[in-house]
Amino acid sequence: MDKVYKRTLGIQEGVVSGFCPGCMHGTAHKLVGEVVEELGKLDKLVRVEGVGCCGLGQAYVSHDTIIAAHGRACAVATGVKRCSPDSLVYTYQGDGDLASIGLDETVSAANRGENFTVIFINNGIYGMTGGQMAPTTLIGMKATTAPFGRKAEEHGYPMHVCEVLAQLKAPQFLVRTTVDTPQNVIKTRKYIKQAFQNQIDGKGFSLVEIVTTCPTNWGFTPKDSITFLRENMLAEFPVGVYRDKDAGIE
Amino acid sequence: MAKGKVDINPEFCKSCEYCVVSCPKKCLAVGEKVNSKGYLYVVSANPDDCIGCAMCAQVCPEGAIEVWR
Repeated sequence: MDKVYKRTLGIQEGVVSGFCPGCMHGTAHKLVGEVVEELGKLDKLVRVEGVGCCGLGQAYVSHDTIIAAHGRACAVATGVKRCSPDSLVYTYQGDGDLASIGLDETVSAANRGENFTVIFINNGIYGMTGGQMAPTTLIGMKATTAPFGRKAEEHGYPMHVCEVLAQLKAPQFLVRTTVDTPQNVIKTRKYIKQAFQNQIDGKGFSLVEIVTTCPTNWGFTPKDSITFLRENMLAEFPVGVYRDKDAGIE
Repeated sequence: MAKGKVDINPEFCKSCEYCVVSCPKKCLAVGEKVNSKGYLYVVSANPDDCIGCAMCAQVCPEGAIEVWR
C-alpha cells in the first residue's frame, strides 16, 4: 500500500499544537503547510501573525514567523513583502485582530492591493482572552462582555469582512469558506492555493476567510460546535467567492 | 483484506471526534486508553472496513492521521 496522506512538512515534526480540542486553527495551519509544500516554496515562506490564539502557531509551524503588534499584521506584511519581494508572505489573523483593532490596516492594505495573502480565521469570539465579544459575534450570542447576548442596538451588527473589502477596487481574490467537512477542507485548500498562486504571479491582495469553531468559548463539545457552525455561523456568514478578478467575479 | 489503513498518532489526538463523524465507513471510534495529555484517543475500531479515502486525515486539525491505500 502507498501512503496517500502524510503530515505536512509545513508544521513541525513531532510537535503537538497548543490549540484546544476541536479548534480548526490546526486545520488551517495544516492546509497552509500542505499548499506551500505543494508549491515548493516552504523555504521562502514568511508568516506574519496577529495577536490571539493564532500566536500559538509560532511554535507549531516550521517556517519563519513575525508576531506583529495587535492588529498590525497587514502593515508589517506590507513592509516584509516590499523589502523582500522573493518571499512568500502571508498574514494569519483571527477576527479580533483583523476585524476589530486591525480593520484599518486590513482595509488600507487591501485598498493598496498589496501583493500578499491573508488567512483570516473567523470564529465569532475572542478565544485567547477568554470569550469576549468580537466584531463578528452573532446577534444574540453570549460572550463574557455581552452576558445577555449581543444586541444590535447596543453593540452593532456582525462585521462582514469579505463584503466590506469587496467594495474596494484593488483586491484580487476574496473568498469565505469553512473546514467543517472533508469536502470543505479540500475546497479550502484549493482557495488557499489560488491565494498563494496569485501572490507568486504578482496579482495582488488575496484574502481567504475561514469560518471556524471555538468549542471552548462557545461552550460546546467539538461535535456540537460543528452543528452550531452550520446552523448559525454559516447563516450569518455565507460561504462563497466574493471577488476573483481572474474568473470575472467583481 | 482491507483496501486502506490509517495510522493515528495517539499523542497528537485530542479526541475532538471530527474524524469519527467524517468516516464514511464508520471505522473509527474513541478508544479506551488515554494519552499522556489525558485525552481518550481515537483508534481504528473496524480496520477491515477501511477504504483509505483519507477523509479522516483531511478533517483532522492536528495532522495526527496518516493514510495508506
